[in-house]
Amino acid sequence: MIDLLRARIRQGYRTMRYPDGPAPALPERFRGRPAIDAAKCREGCRRCAEACPTSAIDAGAGPAIDLGRCLFCTDCVDACPEGAITFSGDPRLATRRRDDLVVGPERELELARALDGKLRRLFGRSLKLRQVSAGGCNACELDVNVLGTIGWDLGRFGIQFVASPRHADGLLVTGALSEHMRLALHKTYEAVPAPKLVIAVGACAISGGPYIDHPEVGNGIEGTLPVDLYLPGCPPHPLTILDGLLRLLGRLEAGGRAR
Amino acid sequence: MSAGEIPTLAADALAVIGNGRAIDRAAVPELPLEELQREILDAVAREQRVVALFASGDPDPEIVHLLAVLADDRHGRLRLGRTRVRGERFPSLTPRCAQVHLFEREIAEQFGLEAVGHPWPKPVRHEAAHRTRRAGRAAADGAPPSIGGAEFYRVEGEEVHEVAVGPVHAGIIEPGHFRFQCHGEHVFHLEIALGYQHRGVERALVGGPSLRSIHHAETLAGDTSVGHATAHCQVLEALARCQKPPRAQALRGIALELERLANHVGDLGALANDVAFLPTASYCGRIRGDLLNMTATLCGSRFGRGLIRPGGARFDLDAAQVDDLLRRLDEAEGDAANAIELLWDTPSVMARFEDTGPLPREVALELGMVGPAARACGLQRDARHDQPSGIFRFAHIPISTWQTGDVFARAYVRWLEVQRSIAFVREQLRALPPGEIRSPLRELAPDQIAVALVEGWRGELCHVALTGPTGRFERYKIVDPSFHNWMGLAYALREQQISDFPLCNKSFSLSYCGHDL
Repeated sequence: MIDLLRARIRQGYRTMRYPDGPAPALPERFRGRPAIDAAKCREGCRRCAEACPTSAIDAGAGPAIDLGRCLFCTDCVDACPEGAITFSGDPRLATRRRDDLVVGPERELELARALDGKLRRLFGRSLKLRQVSAGGCNACELDVNVLGTIGWDLGRFGIQFVASPRHADGLLVTGALSEHMRLALHKTYEAVPAPKLVIAVGACAISGGPYIDHPEVGNGIEGTLPVDLYLPGCPPHPLTILDGLLRLLGRLEAGGRAR
Repeated sequence: MSAGEIPTLAADALAVIGNGRAIDRAAVPELPLEELQREILDAVAREQRVVALFASGDPDPEIVHLLAVLADDRHGRLRLGRTRVRGERFPSLTPRCAQVHLFEREIAEQFGLEAVGHPWPKPVRHEAAHRTRRAGRAAADGAPPSIGGAEFYRVEGEEVHEVAVGPVHAGIIEPGHFRFQCHGEHVFHLEIALGYQHRGVERALVGGPSLRSIHHAETLAGDTSVGHATAHCQVLEALARCQKPPRAQALRGIALELERLANHVGDLGALANDVAFLPTASYCGRIRGDLLNMTATLCGSRFGRGLIRPGGARFDLDAAQVDDLLRRLDEAEGDAANAIELLWDTPSVMARFEDTGPLPREVALELGMVGPAARACGLQRDARHDQPSGIFRFAHIPISTWQTGDVFARAYVRWLEVQRSIAFVREQLRALPPGEIRSPLRELAPDQIAVALVEGWRGELCHVALTGPTGRFERYKIVDPSFHNWMGLAYALREQQISDFPLCNKSFSLSYCGHDL
């Protein structure tokens, strides 16, 4: 018993102060929201688009990057001879609309707005989610799980993952929608009482990610379920996920401060 | 003799190569089926292992090639043999060699070859057949394969009941289906049905390497991104005869052991959670994050995405980063020891860990198990030691084993490995060789076969690539350690309480997506 108490003292209080205090520091090499300096682009150059493994880049549009497809890898950065694409350290990536995930020199990312009146009153202070994995690599699940650890303590926002869809206010879906999970996902969605939210986490759930156009997957849940929140990344950082959830619930001011 | 071959002392009916090497496909001897099967049986009798046994196609749609990769761990070498099957069936070896049971089911599913005499010929992942001429067993009626519907083993009896769990589970966890045959709490039999995460990666790799190939490798099992990317790159480097710079090899080794550390520490916390011992559960959850963040310091991604690239590594470390990582490693070491040792000193934890889910050594041997789950049964097998490649040829990590094969053993082996991996990472960070981190990768050689084994944190990852006349992949086979080990979990549940399933499951900590590909 005395060892348990000693360990408790040694391990200390570890829950971060965010969003009341500063967000946890991210590593220098973290790849968050991409920045495109189109002034550097050579006329007619398509190297970034040609190097992208998921065809996330439209070189003709600026270039523009579809964050719903982006794996946040380094392939476009390495391919660009002019250094026009960089990944910033900004982890805020959540949007409410699929189209908002396309960013370019003239298109800033429009971050997710909060839910409207009634839904916000219902879920703003208590949101129960059921998670479904549907054909991914389990990395998104792992970094969603991290939000339950003492460092992040998701429970302090009234957000909880529950064991049954019957107890849930919404689904958090990961994976490219494997054909083998289509029925199970559909049944789980049906089992959630209305009104309900759907949150798509990771490139797979949004677009199919590394498995886009494989016959074994359905290119994510877009078009299959009505998505209320998109959280891009491969996988998204826990801070990206938390930021998105808090935005959706109207728990963040525009500047990131707690309400 | 081509570059990859190792001279043999006695004549061998099979081709002999080292881990991470490639040879001409024609140099792999083609034997009659019975002879290849006899070679496999003889090898297994001498405690060699079936690392991979898989089918590949032929221009003649009537023909399927079977290729066996055996590991001779005692001599640190791999033995390759092949045979050709004409027609629609071949005699199953499973009744005489349990460790090929799932490989033969996979051959049946992927190439429509019936393994005659197989005791449990069910689909593995309900995937569409790789051969176009003939649909796989699952699609024999012409319909696309759909999951579920297959018969499960049933125990009959008045008070016997069946419990079905999944594919959607209670926690944030991947999908799988578990079917228990129970009498009250007592489990007679557990059958595990997977495939829900199947996303067609092996088939997508054919014709590659493509822009996506490295990303497919990194997402075979997200928690093993470094391990699978390393195996994939070793295959490419073998096929291109590429020498990696020593500094890249050290960086890869550091990343592989950081991956092991994060997963081992995280799972030890999860095991504590499964027996409701919250101190270790809470502390380890956080310490795992610290270890993932060390990998992110290296490459920007907590899972090591973007670090391992063909020819070496994409990111280097400068002196300040090395010092920072060494300091954080010291901190994580102290915190982890403090958190994890509580487990062994707490009687209520030990009462739940000891004698729960025991797996006898002979069963683990027969099933061809790998990784910490095998080492917890006293099996001395670890690819870092037995089939070393990369940095592990120069820096040795002792094999960590325990004898009891229960939940405790599987937990304790992982704690032993945590300590040894920390020592290894520290040693490598302190003595990073100078120089480049990446060599250019030339064209892949045509008509080759390359094999790479990497000891991931769950056990042995095996990648096999066959190139065609233009140097593109004609077949790419991936064996995740979970493929060998799921049956071990099913066996360990026999005669246990159904309420111990979560604890046993976590003690094996197997991958669904790595199995389902």
